[in-house]
Amino acid sequence: MIRAALTNRALVIGLALSLIFVGAALISFIWVPQDVGAMDIPNKMKPPSAAHPLGTDHFGRDILSMIMVGARTSIAVAVVAVVIGMGLGVPLGLAAAARRGSLLDEVIMRGNDLVFAFPSLLIAIMITAVFGPSALNAIIAIGIFNIPVFARLTRGAALSLWTRDYVLAARVAGKGAVRISAEHILPNVTNLLIVQGTIQFSLGILAEAALSYVGLGAQPPIPSWGRMLADSQTMISLAPHMAIFPGMAILLTVLGLNLMGDGLRDLFDPRIRRDRR
Amino acid sequence: MTLLRIEALNLAIHDYPILHDVSFTVAPGQIVGVIGESGSGKSMTALAVMQLLPDGARATGRVILDGQDVVHLSEPELCGMRGRVMGMVFQEPMTALNPIQSIGDQVAETILVHERVSRAEAMERARVALARVELPEDRFPLTRYPHELSGGQRQRVVIAMAIALRPKLLIADEPTTALDVTTQAQILILLKRLVQEDGMGLLMISHDLAVVADMADHLVIMRHGRVVEAGPSPALFHRMQHPYSKALLAASTHQPDRAAQPQDTPLLQVQGVIRDYVTARRGIWGKPGTFRAVDDVSFQIRRGESLGLVGESGCGKSTLTRAILGLEEVQGGTIQLDGQPVFTGHKPNRAVRRRMQVVFQDPYGSFNPRHRVDRLVSEPFHLLDTPPQGTARDAAIAEALESVGLTPEDRHKYIHEFSGGQRQRIAIARALIIKPDLIILDEAVSALDVSIRAQILDLLADLGDRLGLTYLFISHDLSVVKQVTDRVLVMQAGKIVEQGVTADVFAAPSHPYTRQLLAATPRLPEFENT
Amino acid sequence: MLRYVLKRLVSLVISLAVASLVIFLAIEVVPGDPAAYMLGMNAQADTLAALREQLGLNGTILERYLSWVGGMLTGDFGTSYTYRTPVAEMISERLWISLPLALYALTLSTLIAFPAGVWAASRRGSAVDMGVMGVTQLGVAIPNFWFAMLMVLVFAINLRWFSAGGFAGWEQGIWPAIKSLTLPAIALALPQASILTRVMRSSLLDTLSEDFIRTARAKGLTRRQVLWRHALRNAMIPVLTIIGMQFSFLMAGAIIIENVFFLPGLGRLVFQAISARDLIVVESVVMLLVFAVIVVNFAVDVAYAAVDPRLRGRR
Repeated sequence: MIRAALTNRALVIGLALSLIFVGAALISFIWVPQDVGAMDIPNKMKPPSAAHPLGTDHFGRDILSMIMVGARTSIAVAVVAVVIGMGLGVPLGLAAAARRGSLLDEVIMRGNDLVFAFPSLLIAIMITAVFGPSALNAIIAIGIFNIPVFARLTRGAALSLWTRDYVLAARVAGKGAVRISAEHILPNVTNLLIVQGTIQFSLGILAEAALSYVGLGAQPPIPSWGRMLADSQTMISLAPHMAIFPGMAILLTVLGLNLMGDGLRDLFDPRIRRDRR
Repeated sequence: MTLLRIEALNLAIHDYPILHDVSFTVAPGQIVGVIGESGSGKSMTALAVMQLLPDGARATGRVILDGQDVVHLSEPELCGMRGRVMGMVFQEPMTALNPIQSIGDQVAETILVHERVSRAEAMERARVALARVELPEDRFPLTRYPHELSGGQRQRVVIAMAIALRPKLLIADEPTTALDVTTQAQILILLKRLVQEDGMGLLMISHDLAVVADMADHLVIMRHGRVVEAGPSPALFHRMQHPYSKALLAASTHQPDRAAQPQDTPLLQVQGVIRDYVTARRGIWGKPGTFRAVDDVSFQIRRGESLGLVGESGCGKSTLTRAILGLEEVQGGTIQLDGQPVFTGHKPNRAVRRRMQVVFQDPYGSFNPRHRVDRLVSEPFHLLDTPPQGTARDAAIAEALESVGLTPEDRHKYIHEFSGGQRQRIAIARALIIKPDLIILDEAVSALDVSIRAQILDLLADLGDRLGLTYLFISHDLSVVKQVTDRVLVMQAGKIVEQGVTADVFAAPSHPYTRQLLAATPRLPEFENT
Repeated sequence: MLRYVLKRLVSLVISLAVASLVIFLAIEVVPGDPAAYMLGMNAQADTLAALREQLGLNGTILERYLSWVGGMLTGDFGTSYTYRTPVAEMISERLWISLPLALYALTLSTLIAFPAGVWAASRRGSAVDMGVMGVTQLGVAIPNFWFAMLMVLVFAINLRWFSAGGFAGWEQGIWPAIKSLTLPAIALALPQASILTRVMRSSLLDTLSEDFIRTARAKGLTRRQVLWRHALRNAMIPVLTIIGMQFSFLMAGAIIIENVFFLPGLGRLVFQAISARDLIVVESVVMLLVFAVIVVNFAVDVAYAAVDPRLRGRR
C-alpha cells in the first residue's frame, strides 16, 4: 500500500503542497520572518525584495509573514468545519441507512435537502446578522453545510452495503443495527469519507477565503487570506503583488488538497477499468 | 462451406495471455456449443469474433466469417458486419438495453444503421422482429421501455435486435444464465426455432453442460484458454477422451454419498406461515397495498434430513428463509424448532436462533473484506450467552476450519486471499462453529463452477453424516436438488404446491407447475456412468 | 408524469415553508428583541416601543411569522428600517442585476463544460484529456473573486477592454449592460465550468462502460454513434443533479463577485444591511435566495422525469 501511494503522482504532489502550507501555519506559531502586527508605513507597498520575499502591504507589513499567519486561520476554520460535518453527518447518514424508509430516514433526508438550499454564505449571513462577524461564525456556517454532505454520502454508501450478504450474516449472528453499523458499515465507508474529507477541507479553505473577503469571517487583527485580498483590491494596479501572493496561497493549498483527494481515491479504488469501447 | 472458421487464435490482453491456439468451425444452420468454467476464455472467444475486445487486446491468428478475416478488418468494415452478418446476445438482460429508449426504437436502430430506409419502414420491420421473438405488438407496444419488461422479455428484445437483419451468425454468450429455469427453456426453444427458420449458425457459450447438450450439434470444451476437446453432440458424451472433459462430465452428474438416515422426530415445524409486505401506495391519496410473499406455508423437516426447497425467483423462498431464521416477523402461523418458537412476542429467541445457521449464495459478498478469517468465522459467537474466549475460542475456530478442509493457520488471512470454492468452505465453517442443529443452504452452490460444486456437495454430505446435521437446501437448480435431498418442496407464488420424497416427485410430479419445472430443466444425455 | 410533478410540487411548498420558518426563527427570534437589537443597547424605551409597533413585533411568534409569510405572498416584504423604503422595491432593482449575472454565468459554464467534458471523455487518456483535466484542476482551485480581481487588472486596467466596475443599467440598452456583466460572469463561470466538465467527463466514462453500450456496438454502431445516441443522454442525468446543486453556489458566488466589480446587486444590499443591522432586509434577501435555489432544484427534478422514463413510468 505504501509503495502504491508513493508511485501515485497526484497523491505525492498534493501531499507536498498541502504540507507546505500546513507547515507554514504551524511554524508561524514559533517564528515568522517579521512581526505581522508591526506597521512600517515608509516601506508600504514595496514589491518583492531580499528583505521581504513577497513584498509589503499597504501598511508596510511583510506579506510572507502574513500569509504564514493567515494560513492558520484558513486551515483551522476548514479543519474544524470538516470535523463538525463528519462528526454529525456520518452518524446521521448511518442512522438513516440503518432505518431505511422509516420516519427517521425521511426526516434526515428532508433535513439534508433543506440545508442544501442554504449555501454556507447564506448561513454565514444569517449568523453574522445576528451575532456579528467572527472566525467562529465562519466555522459554524461552513460546518453546518458540511453536515448534509457527509450525511448524504454516508447514507448512500451505507445503503448499498446493507444489502450485502455479510451484513445479513451479521444479522443471523444476532447483531443489531447499531453494532452492524459500527463493525461492518463504517469501516467500509471510511475510504470514501477520507477522500470526501480532503475535498471538503479544500472547499472549506475556499469558503473561508470568500467569507473573509466580504468581511464575514475572522476580523482584524487576525490575518486572513481573504481579507488580504479585500485590502489589496483598490491598490491592485499600483501593487499587484499584494493581490497575487495571497491568491496564489489559496490556489496552491486548495490545489494540493484536491490532488491529494484524487490520489487517495485512486489508491483506494484499484479496480482496473475494463474499457469496453 | 463453413460460415465461421477460427484458426489458431491467440489473444493477449496487456501482454497477459488469454487464448492459446483456439480453432473450431461453425457451419450454416449448425449450433456449436462452447463449454468452459470461469477463466476458460470462452467469452473472450465470442468477443473476438465480434471484435469487441477490451482495450489492450492483441489477437493473432484468423477468424474468418463469411469469407472475411475479422481480425484484420478495419473498424468501419467491422461496424458494417456487426448486426448485419453477425449478431450477439449477452448474459445480463437486465442491463443490456438502453433504459431511456423504447424497445421499438432500439430494435429499429439495428435496421436504420445498416440500410437506407425510412423510419416508418424500420419500425415496421422492428415490429416483425419482435413478433418473431414472441413479443407481439398488441401485448408489447413498441413504445414500451425496458424497465417495464421482465428479464426474460428483455432478453427477447436483445435477440430481436440481433436477428432483425437475419444475420448469418448469431453468438449467444451465456444467454440464459441469469434467467429462471422455465424462462430459460423458452429462450432456448426460441433460439433453436430462429436457427431453423433463418438457416443461421449459432455459437452458444455456456458453463452448463446440460443446457448445451440439449441444444448443440457440436461441442467445444475449453479450459485455461485452450480447446481441450471437441466433437459432435450427443456422441461426444459417450466417448470423451481428455481427462478434464471427463472430470467435468463426472462433476455435472455427481451424486454425493449420503449414509445417514433421517430420524422420525421433526426438528423444524412450519405451520400456516403468512408473510405480508406493505407496498407503496397508489396515488397521493391511496392506501398502501399489501403483497403476500408467503401464503399459508406448512411443512416439517425431520432431524437428520436434507429437505430441498425449489422455486423460481420471486416465489418467496428468500422471505421464508428469513422468517425461519428469525430475521423477520411473520403475520400469521408459527415456526418452531424442536418445539420452541422462533419468535416470542415480538422478539426473536436467541436460544432458538443459535441452533440454526445459514450459508449464502455469493462467496464474494458473504464476508466483510476488512476482517480476518478468525473474526469472520467466529461472528455467530454473538448468539451465545457465554462466547468462548482466548484458547477456547482459537480451538473452536481451528476445529471449524479443519472440518471444512482448511488449516488453522488460515485464520490469520484476509478473505480476498481465497478462491470462490474456498470461501464457501469458510462460509460453511462459519455456519458450523456454534454447532447448530439446522443449516439453511440458500443457493449455496449456485455461484460455483461445476467441479468445485461437486467438492462442496461432498463436504456437506460428509459433515451431515458426521455431525448429524439437518439441511434445508434451497435452490433453483433441480438437478442439484435431485442429487442431494431426501424430500423436496416446490414453491410457487408464495405457496407450496407440491411436497414429497425427492425421487418420487422427480419421477412422477403431480402438480402442473412441478411438471413444467421438470420439463424445462435441461438434462444430460443418459449414458454409461464412469 | 403528472403525479410525479405534483409530488415534487408538494415537496417544494413544504421546503419553502420550513425554510421560511428557519429563516424567521434565526433572524427574528434568536436575537431576542429585534427592535432592541437594531437600535442598540442605549435606545430609549419609547423609541423601542415605536419601532416595535412599526415592525409589527407586538404579536406572538406565530402571529408574526404568519404575517411575514402572508406579506411576502402578496409582495410586501416590509419596510427597511435604514432606508425607510419598501424592501420589495429595493430588492427588485437589485434582482435585475444579480439574477441575470447568475444566469449569464450558468449559461457560460454549461456552454463550456458540456463540449469540454464530452471531448475529454471521448479521447480518454490522450493529450486532450490530460489537458482538460489539468485546466479544470486549476479551475476548481481558483477563488473566483481573486480570478475576478486579476481579470480586472488585465482586461480593464491594462487593456481597457472593459470597465473596472459599475453597472451600465438596463435603460442604456442591452449590450452595455451585458458588457458590464461579462467579466463578472466569466469569473463566476470558471470554477463552475471546471466542476461541471469533470462531472460530465466522469459521468460519460461511467456510462460508456455499461452493458447497453456494448449491445449498441454489437448492432454495428460506430463509437461516435454510440456516444451521441446512447451514452450522452444517459450521462446527462447525474450532471443535471450537479447543475441544480451548483446553482446555490452560483448565487452565493454572484453575491461575492459583485463586491469586486462594485455592482449594485443583492450582495451590496445585504452586506450593507448587515452592517446597519437592518434585519428586515437581511431576512428578505436570504428568503429570496433560498426560494430561488429551491425552485431551481424543483425544475431539475422535473427535467429528470423528462429525460428518464423510469421516473414517469406506469410501474
